[in-house]
Amino acid sequence: MTPDTIDIRYVAKLARIALSDDEIERFSKELGELLGHVRALEELDTASVPATAQVVESRNVLREDVERPCLDREVVLDGAPQRQGEFFRVPRIIAE
Amino acid sequence: MNAATIARDVNARRVSAAEITAATLAQVQAVDGDVGAYLTVLGEIARSFAARVDERIAAGERLALAGVSIAVKDNMCLEGTRTTCGSKILERWIAPYTATAVARLLEAGAVPIGKANCDEFAMGSSCENSALGVTRNPYDLARVPGGSSGGSAAAVAAGEAAIGLGSDTGGSIREPAAFCNLVGFKPTYGRVSRYGLIAFASSLDQIGPLARTVEDAALAYDIMAGYDPMDATSLDRPVERTADALRADLAGLRVGIVREFDTKALGERSDALYREAYRDLERLGAELVEVSLPTADYGLATYYLIAPAECSSNLARFDGVRYGLRVEGTDVRAMYDNTRAAGFGPEVKRRILIGTHALSSGYYDAYYVRAQKARTLIARDFERAFAQCDLIACPAASCPAFTFAAKSDPYSMYLMDYYTIPMSLAGLPALSVPCGWTVPEGANLPLPIGLQLCAPLFGEKLLLGAAAAYERATNHALAHPAQSGPVRA
Repeated sequence: MTPDTIDIRYVAKLARIALSDDEIERFSKELGELLGHVRALEELDTASVPATAQVVESRNVLREDVERPCLDREVVLDGAPQRQGEFFRVPRIIAE
Repeated sequence: MNAATIARDVNARRVSAAEITAATLAQVQAVDGDVGAYLTVLGEIARSFAARVDERIAAGERLALAGVSIAVKDNMCLEGTRTTCGSKILERWIAPYTATAVARLLEAGAVPIGKANCDEFAMGSSCENSALGVTRNPYDLARVPGGSSGGSAAAVAAGEAAIGLGSDTGGSIREPAAFCNLVGFKPTYGRVSRYGLIAFASSLDQIGPLARTVEDAALAYDIMAGYDPMDATSLDRPVERTADALRADLAGLRVGIVREFDTKALGERSDALYREAYRDLERLGAELVEVSLPTADYGLATYYLIAPAECSSNLARFDGVRYGLRVEGTDVRAMYDNTRAAGFGPEVKRRILIGTHALSSGYYDAYYVRAQKARTLIARDFERAFAQCDLIACPAASCPAFTFAAKSDPYSMYLMDYYTIPMSLAGLPALSVPCGWTVPEGANLPLPIGLQLCAPLFGEKLLLGAAAAYERATNHALAHPAQSGPVRA
């Protein structure tokens, strides 16, 4: 399978979470131990077993493509940390 | 008072919803300083809902939950109220709409008393992972109420609500119910709409009630259940009413006892209580049969890959742009990193990290896909078991309520849900019902434990019906020794 190690710095970068040095040390240890526990799954013969994503019968749920009321824009924008007029305000993404 | 009694009395106009609500708010005022069940108490909002219920009753309507006070877990939206998920990242976020399950209860006459504390984003088994408050077990304030729906459980146990709304991903309704002497019911995955439930692990999350009696749980479930076009995973199939299908005995039923779940490991007293519970099922007319769930022991490993994987994806939306907290940085990337670092607590970070790892390139097949295959094997175990029995009986939790900080090692906390996770992975309906009292080592007061009953998919009617028969015959919930009763004003 895989070694019980986890490159916390790399994973934290993927997950967009800044970690302190203490957290890196702590999570490396704790999550390494957890990966040790989940190694138990290697004992199961799953070669010919299909994967289960969800357990009930729903498949490709479709609906009519019709207009319907949506949430009030003002209320939704009020929930954002920063807004500007009708928009969510975000830091500059494209350089000048 | 029980929900069924309140609804009966309010419909008969023996008491008003306003009076029930005032009494409930007074109880909150008196005990919640100790219990800490609520993050937000909805005084004015509760009174206005109650007034509306009284108007409707006066106009001749009959309402299934007339005047029934409810505690809403704070990961469910109620329009115009703060909805925090027990997290700093949503500490000041106001829900712009109401969750379908909550809306259905309110339409049926329920009155929202408050938003109840929970483990952050429903990740935990003690409520200790809430970033916003401490909730104590009303039966012993030195102990946790269980989790993640611990605030909802504590509220009902302490008389601060008649019904608690919980969500259960791996045991988050059943375990706190066991810890707080309540009935906690997780329906089949998809029975209750998840619209307005802030997602943790979408293939597992399911809303359900915590209540003092099986009848109350059935009443609330009957109102909440059913297809909702706003949740594509909600089941578009008829819902059988359960509240009028409560049984007096278990004649003709085969109850499976799981060979792999040896209750000796739980200590002498708990072992004796579970054996007695199985005998009580037999005395009620059930035939006990031994069944095997050989893969159930892999439930925890399976769950702690699948749930974090889904969590890492669901919680990506908390990016400092659309909801809640933002912590600025030198660029947009730093803003994301800083917002999520400041907004999430340690357990949420752990789960996001392990989930991100399990889904990352090079590890996806080894971890995530392998866990999904194990999930298939666990579901097949139950299918085989249910060929031999109608219901399965087993413990609801690995121990009674524990003291604060007793499970500081993450994996020891995860073990709390050993008996509830396999049912969650298989999507099955399951509940916890009180099955006796024990004084564990170090405890001064007797603590409740819970019996878990589990039915095949869509077997809610049979499940609640059988639980009612067991409850009526044993009445463990009411048998608590006087000195350990829930905190009272």
